[in-house]
Amino acid sequence: MEKIFDRPHSLSDVVLSYCPGCTHGVVHRLIAEVVDEMGLEGKTIGIAPVGCSVTAYNFFEFDMQEAAHGRAPAVATGIKRVHPDNLVFTYQGDGDLAAIGTAETIHSAARAENITIIFINNTIYGMTGGQMAPTSLVNQVTQTTPYGRKVENQGYPVHVSEMMATIKGACYVERVSVDSIPNIKKTKAAIRKAFECQLAGKGFSLVEILSTCPTNWGMTPVEALDRIRTEMMPEFPLGVYKDCTDEGGVR
Amino acid sequence: MGNKVLMKGNEALAEAAMRCGCRFFFGYPITPQTELAAYMAKKMQKNGGTFLQAESEIAAINMVYGASGAGARVMTSSSSPGISLKQEGISYIAGADLPCLIVNIVRGGPGLGGIQPAQSDYFQATKGGGHGDYHLLVFAPSSVQELADLTSLAFDKADEYRMPAMIMGDGMLGQMMEPVEFKEYVDLKDLPEKPWATTGTQMKRKKNIINSLYLTPEELEELCVKRQERYNKIMETEALYEEIQTEDADLIIVAYGTLARIAMSAVSEARSQGLKVGLIRPITLWPFPAKVFEKRAETSKAFLSVEMSMGQMVEDVKLSVNGKRPVYFYGRTGGMVPQQSAILAEIKKYIKNM
Repeated sequence: MEKIFDRPHSLSDVVLSYCPGCTHGVVHRLIAEVVDEMGLEGKTIGIAPVGCSVTAYNFFEFDMQEAAHGRAPAVATGIKRVHPDNLVFTYQGDGDLAAIGTAETIHSAARAENITIIFINNTIYGMTGGQMAPTSLVNQVTQTTPYGRKVENQGYPVHVSEMMATIKGACYVERVSVDSIPNIKKTKAAIRKAFECQLAGKGFSLVEILSTCPTNWGMTPVEALDRIRTEMMPEFPLGVYKDCTDEGGVR
Repeated sequence: MGNKVLMKGNEALAEAAMRCGCRFFFGYPITPQTELAAYMAKKMQKNGGTFLQAESEIAAINMVYGASGAGARVMTSSSSPGISLKQEGISYIAGADLPCLIVNIVRGGPGLGGIQPAQSDYFQATKGGGHGDYHLLVFAPSSVQELADLTSLAFDKADEYRMPAMIMGDGMLGQMMEPVEFKEYVDLKDLPEKPWATTGTQMKRKKNIINSLYLTPEELEELCVKRQERYNKIMETEALYEEIQTEDADLIIVAYGTLARIAMSAVSEARSQGLKVGLIRPITLWPFPAKVFEKRAETSKAFLSVEMSMGQMVEDVKLSVNGKRPVYFYGRTGGMVPQQSAILAEIKKYIKNM
């Protein structure tokens, strides 16, 4: 019998550490599929962050480095400058990228560093047990905002894609979601485009992926996917925020 | 080359680094190491390398982590407050067993401190600085020539032991001009192979992982124990020092870096006045040259640690002398440099009762 569906080669045959219903696994698979389809496994170097995906170096078959909290874009810069022909990407959550690592994120883009950031936005710190993230929504209840995020105390969520699109060195910035099959397909296309952008030497690329955290949101996996659509998408609209490639036009 | 050139210490260090195969420099501006980065910016690209001014010291040291993990001979340089910012990254570099060179052109502290020469980062350099059980190889040159020579040695030893190395200097050494002779440029092909580096598998080997996270305590302890075995070997074999007129000395001055040169002139003056004084100059601060102190505790009557701090290296001298002889201290700090006359006065204070 012909096998028509298999694990991507660059996704390791191990048990992932993520909670049931968490979308990290979906995004890992998409990255591995794109790497396989582009024939890049042998020249890919990934960087894992601090957060739930801290052990992502165990989940891919290509070379990986583990970075300090928020420093993945700096680590990626070091790697890319040594190996400019390799595919170098970071995998980072919202606390890692938009709080402690904001400077590294902005300046790697400003340098037009030829790297790709895969940014998981689930509006919460998952690993440490559900604290407020820089992307937490107004009124969102978390461990450190037990009465909800209040504008007068904690201010507003950070809009990463909108912010990054203002930076000249950024070539491609898109916000996607993994809440549904059509959106998962669009996410895969965005990852592929970002990697192509990097390999063509066009500069910095970032794919922001709206994701779930059923455990810390206190929801079932299905409710969590629904929250992406009803609560997150109005605050974080999907779309291409910057595309300086030839076929682009969003500048 | 075979020719001596007149150069500032900061620039000589940069030139020596490129000659021994360093092609990646990541830094952030700070006084008084400025000329080092400026020289790198001018020359590195011509040598086919990368000079990158990062957005912070924190970013710079993490770029070093990435580049070292990718197999490159790489360095950063800074001064005291900037080195404090790098400590997180240095701990990760040590935890991931990565080689690199970190230069600290020390200035007065704590806090923003001052910009004049100091040695008050001794504890930070030799006792950790960042979190966890780890050490750096710490070299303390006292002349521009030695600065150039130790730069090359520091890179080699860092590669050999897979650990970060530090050159500790001060503004005096960084700014002073002296004749220096450089080694020839090494062929990058002759640098040690790094089969552990993340270079892309090329589908020819299993993946490499650069990492310092071990969630199983048994595994983390085992790794720390193995690393300690390496440190023990280094303490046994890699300590460097210079000993001057110590054989018959009643009092032995202990000083390192540029201050050792001032201390040496005080020793010469004391000798000319008939006082039996010698000098031990540690060249590696970690590993500390403990054995020479054990030996000289048998032949001399006392030690005097002279430092540009409130008394930091003196603790290692005391540990090494192990109570066999008195160990005295004299220091200036905050950017003040002990004068030869002041050191001589200290010598006389202690030697007259011997």
